[in-house]
Amino acid sequence: MSAAEMTGPLVKPKLGRDDWMQRGFMLVIALYLVIALALPLYAMLSKAFSTYAFDLTAFEVQVSDESGGYNTPPVTLAELNADRQIWSKGDLIVGSDGRLGLTDLFPDFSFRSPVMYKFRGVTADDIYLVGSERQTGPEWQEFDSNTFRRLVIRPAKDVGLGNFTRYFSTPSLFQSIENSLLIAAISTVITVTLAFWFAYALARSCMRFKGVFRMIAMLPILVPSLLPGIALIYLFGNQGILKAFLMGNTIYGPIGIVIGSVFFTFPHAMIIISTALSISDARLYEAAVSLKASRWKTFWTVTIPGARYGLFSAAFVVFNLVITDFGLPKVIGGKFNVLAVDIYKQVIGQQNFEMGAVVSVVLLVPAVLAFAIDRQVQKKQVALLSARSVVYEPKPNKVFDRIFLGYSSLVAVFIVGIIAMCQFAALVKFWPYNLSLSLRNYNFDLMDGGGWGAYKNSITMAILTAVIGTVVVFLGAYMVEKTKGFEKGRAAFQALAMLPMAIPGMVLGLSYIFFFNNPSNPLNVIYGTMIILVVSTVTHFYTVSHLTAVTALKQMDTEFESVSASLKQPFFKLFWRVTVPVSMPAILNISIYLFVNAMTTVSAVVFLYSTDTALASVAVLNMDDAGDIAPAAAMGMMIFYTNAGARIIHALASRRILRRSEAWRRSG
Amino acid sequence: MLDAPAPTPKVYLHIEDLWKKFGDFVALREISLDVIEGEFLCFLGPSGCGKTTLLRAIAGLDLQTTGKVEQAGRDVSNLPPAERDFGIVFQSYALFPNLTIEKNIAYGLENEKRPKAEIRARVAELLELVGLPEQGRKYPAQLSGGQQQRIALARAIATNPGLLLLDEPLSALDAKVRVHLRHEVKELQRKLGVTTVMVTHDQEEALSMADRIVVMNHGTIEQIGTPVEIYREPASLFVADFIGAMNQIPAVAETTGTVTINGKVLASDNSAFAKGAKVVAAIRPEDIIPVEAGEAEAIPVQIGDMEFLGSFYRATITCAEMGGVELMVDFSINAVRRLDLSIGKSMSVHLPADRLKVFPAEGG
Repeated sequence: MSAAEMTGPLVKPKLGRDDWMQRGFMLVIALYLVIALALPLYAMLSKAFSTYAFDLTAFEVQVSDESGGYNTPPVTLAELNADRQIWSKGDLIVGSDGRLGLTDLFPDFSFRSPVMYKFRGVTADDIYLVGSERQTGPEWQEFDSNTFRRLVIRPAKDVGLGNFTRYFSTPSLFQSIENSLLIAAISTVITVTLAFWFAYALARSCMRFKGVFRMIAMLPILVPSLLPGIALIYLFGNQGILKAFLMGNTIYGPIGIVIGSVFFTFPHAMIIISTALSISDARLYEAAVSLKASRWKTFWTVTIPGARYGLFSAAFVVFNLVITDFGLPKVIGGKFNVLAVDIYKQVIGQQNFEMGAVVSVVLLVPAVLAFAIDRQVQKKQVALLSARSVVYEPKPNKVFDRIFLGYSSLVAVFIVGIIAMCQFAALVKFWPYNLSLSLRNYNFDLMDGGGWGAYKNSITMAILTAVIGTVVVFLGAYMVEKTKGFEKGRAAFQALAMLPMAIPGMVLGLSYIFFFNNPSNPLNVIYGTMIILVVSTVTHFYTVSHLTAVTALKQMDTEFESVSASLKQPFFKLFWRVTVPVSMPAILNISIYLFVNAMTTVSAVVFLYSTDTALASVAVLNMDDAGDIAPAAAMGMMIFYTNAGARIIHALASRRILRRSEAWRRSG
Repeated sequence: MLDAPAPTPKVYLHIEDLWKKFGDFVALREISLDVIEGEFLCFLGPSGCGKTTLLRAIAGLDLQTTGKVEQAGRDVSNLPPAERDFGIVFQSYALFPNLTIEKNIAYGLENEKRPKAEIRARVAELLELVGLPEQGRKYPAQLSGGQQQRIALARAIATNPGLLLLDEPLSALDAKVRVHLRHEVKELQRKLGVTTVMVTHDQEEALSMADRIVVMNHGTIEQIGTPVEIYREPASLFVADFIGAMNQIPAVAETTGTVTINGKVLASDNSAFAKGAKVVAAIRPEDIIPVEAGEAEAIPVQIGDMEFLGSFYRATITCAEMGGVELMVDFSINAVRRLDLSIGKSMSVHLPADRLKVFPAEGG
């Protein structure tokens, strides 16, 4: 057969008006992700690998005798130090703001002495300060003793693993790695086990009150992760009502972190496992029954294999949530250090930004790993989902149903108990001595932390995040999913959109400091404003929102765009008249997700708020830090009620929209 | 006196040396064809043969890698869909679920600054045309599949496009609705006179609807012709096999006009291969004629199996003279009764020389 070859010129598509507009939109949103994510992360990474050390070979000094005559030749500081053994190598490694005074090199230094000093840098890049005056260069300058006292040298910047070497040679720091992994692993095992049986009870038993249980299981999503910490202090703390239960162990530390982590990660695991269980095929159960398999055997041969991807996925999600959480260990961790808190301590406590960046990189490793594995597992789960299956309808069984009712009630008591404890603590006058109720803990304006203004800021921030975030996310997802051509650009965009899920909030927040607080960055103006809080929060929660939007868009006929184009209608007409109305449930879900998370988030924003933009969730943290635990609980409950209200409004709006569109949503 | 010259058919759509590659995979190879103004053309082929890819290239939905597409004399090769002139109907209907039937049909009419009354009149006219005059206020999900497809058709022709593209429009429907709609679509196309290209993998659909059929396989055109030409004179073994049933018997070319099958010499009008060349002799089951034993060119056979297919029987016959070759034969119910045919019975058949086609053996 004579294989003909393709010879004609390649057809270059002529881009229509729609193509240009779509590319413009995609460019804008991609630019957003680059500025709000890629560049800050780059700034953070480069910080982690920048080392600062005093280079003693770069400076020379010449010392006069008491009469002012120079009898000795000039020497470098390195030679002096080698001679006199003042500083060890480790003493010379510092942060970018390091300053080193030189008088220690001269044991008999006195600022009253008539001895004169000549000083210079070897090259023009070697910087030293006299007082606050910056000096550089190889010109010799002469100082009297009193001035020489105020002379400090600046460290030289280098790129390398120095910070990491230092990190791993500081046991108090790298101990946190083990702590974090341990806490995350234990919490994961407990949460996934508890959530599995809870989801199993909902899906496979005929127990009563399923709706109530389902609702209660979702409650922890509505509160900041540090709220269970506060409740645990009241329950098991030094003055806790149930302290005896701990049998001498302290709640401040791993025990508290694990219990609190189980609380706040429970709904996440429950949703994932419920989904996995709900897609199991009823026909498999019928087959098992017809083969006379016992309940136990059916469980291990049908239920568990069917739900295994859900279990894996839940485990990785919980692991990630726990290891990256900051609020809870901050409140109840005591002396038990974990990575996320280390970042905070390094940055806020010690102003050591490089070390904060190093801990961030260390924290990134397990977070990114867990995320990557979860993505792989989820891909397989999707394949299961698309299979045709018959929904399983459980049959009543008195004993079985009662056991699960009892179990689910215990879990519900745990969840409601934590929240109720917080509410009680918030209302009590003076724990534990005066248990009469009052609202005085709600006088936030009398406490540090931002007062009612912080609460208002949080509402503003959450609304802005919900509105702006939904628009950005939905438009972005639309451009990725529904446009043609420009494949590489779209693939890059998709990858960028998945990235935020793998980035812990603390890391994102710190990255923002490095990127936006840089005076040479023109975007510096948003630092310390509401805008940066909104941008960081939208970015932090971008991935889940993006996936929700993509899923909704994927369900829409791929040929709508083709039909619309053939009818010569611009893409935005289709977008407004069809895509948005059809996706409205997903759009509402995205906005409530962003709202609730904006209300509860602490990790990213804790580095970014200013006195004018204090937030309620951060106020909880700060009031707790200042010892005002009851007001912290009160503020936490304000967040809870706000989120609960938002959820109710969301539910009503969703129902209204679904009812109005009932006529056309009925699948044909 | 001279006859008026027959009007030369006007080419509406001209495709020239069109290729489509996905990476290293060649989806379309050297496609050149003309679509005559007003005709109903079908792309027919198995899944993966490139027919839909070709349709999407014509629409500008997925551009070809190289090659030219001219529509009404205008080079549209690289234009986006919105700058071409066509209406399209998909297998999934792609009706906008949240818009009423009326709004769906009016969708393409709206931005042409037409008065509302005129749009309403046009929508009513189109609903009438597709036979659903009362359904305008319903939503797509409230209509049956067949009705939805008619609405999709009405929407596609609302703006009077010069070209109508149909991408497997009937494949998602029940068998009965499908047959019914075939005629309706064809009727509508004739009434409007719009040049139409339809993609289908259903040979019956293609044979019953198309003025001409383009049979495609592995990204190339196997044959272009009227349904009768394609059926009676298949240009290749693939076409012969893909459309209708066909017996294929390995054979060897003899002199021009004859082939031998396991020693048995048979006459074939189209055999023109070098002596000794390996070929495949092909004949349709309905072209094998039952004859009386002893007639000229009668071949004695034995009936191995008979399957009742409603209007005829399909029998398997074994032919001892041809080394036990098995052939499918269609016998009318009359013939079965007249000749008293049954399983195991011996009889004679005739393979007419003008119906016995010879093709080069594959790979030979």
